[in-house]
Amino acid sequence: MKWLKNIVREIFGLFVDDGSFALAILLWLAVVRGATPHLNIPSSITGVILFAGLALILAESATRYSRRKQ
Amino acid sequence: MGTSWAHMGTSIVASFLASLVECVEALTVILAVGSVRGWRSALTGSATAIAVLLIIIAALGTALAHIPLPILQLVVGTLLLLFGLRWLRKAILRSAGQIPLHDEQAAFQKNTEAMHRLGLGPATWDKIAFAAAFNITMLEGTEVVFIVIAIGAGHTGMLLPASLGAVAALLAVTALGIVLHRPLARVPENTLKFIVGVLLSAFGTFWVGEGLHLEWPGADWSIPALIAAYLVLALAIVPLCRSRSQAVPSNP
Repeated sequence: MKWLKNIVREIFGLFVDDGSFALAILLWLAVVRGATPHLNIPSSITGVILFAGLALILAESATRYSRRKQ
Repeated sequence: MGTSWAHMGTSIVASFLASLVECVEALTVILAVGSVRGWRSALTGSATAIAVLLIIIAALGTALAHIPLPILQLVVGTLLLLFGLRWLRKAILRSAGQIPLHDEQAAFQKNTEAMHRLGLGPATWDKIAFAAAFNITMLEGTEVVFIVIAIGAGHTGMLLPASLGAVAALLAVTALGIVLHRPLARVPENTLKFIVGVLLSAFGTFWVGEGLHLEWPGADWSIPALIAAYLVLALAIVPLCRSRSQAVPSNP
């Protein structure tokens, strides 16, 4: 059963290695899902807003990692 | 027509490149196991794992057909986003010299030594070789299965192109392994991972948007646009991270 345990661990590791990074992504998705229907945002830019938030999270996480390594 | 090609072409390429990376990593270990402990048990272990993975794909493919598409797109998109952005972040940090590059030659050496330390097995059937080859094929194969399903499940009729990409990668790596008989150390693994991270992040963002009923300008043509946007973003982040660091040596 060791191989099964390894696979479960591996599957979790596929999605999460930095907990705060994964959490920030999930929170942003929840915000977009919860907020966009209530705000008067033109529907043509909602996809762009989703991408912009994810881009910011990626940039912040990568640069924070490099700062921490110094 | 154009829309389906935008979708199908990117699905095949993403699936092929992602699977290629996983197959190269599995090949390194299988070569180490086979060359030290014998090919029969190593290849049987790998073949058994591939059979198990095919059963999983068949079962999941049938089950996924019963889930409403928007829910599937949201769930698969979220997982793909977590997976793709994690991969892209690591590739950016590797390119910036923040974390070590993966070295197939060193990984082969390490696995070969580990197999030697376990002593030689019986001539006919070697449980250790079978288990080692089975484990690595299951581990890397599970990632391939997830990638194929995640890329293929978000849109009707995309599972076949995604599967074809993965099968092509498996055949290419197997053929190279048979011909060269050594790890594929010259494959630019981090460049591939960088590209795959970009592709998977773009697909994940698109699927999540579809699942949330967000509007994408240009419909399916947003996928190439998202790929371009993530690529530009990632290339811009690398120097930001690099300026703060010094290169680190490769890791097995």
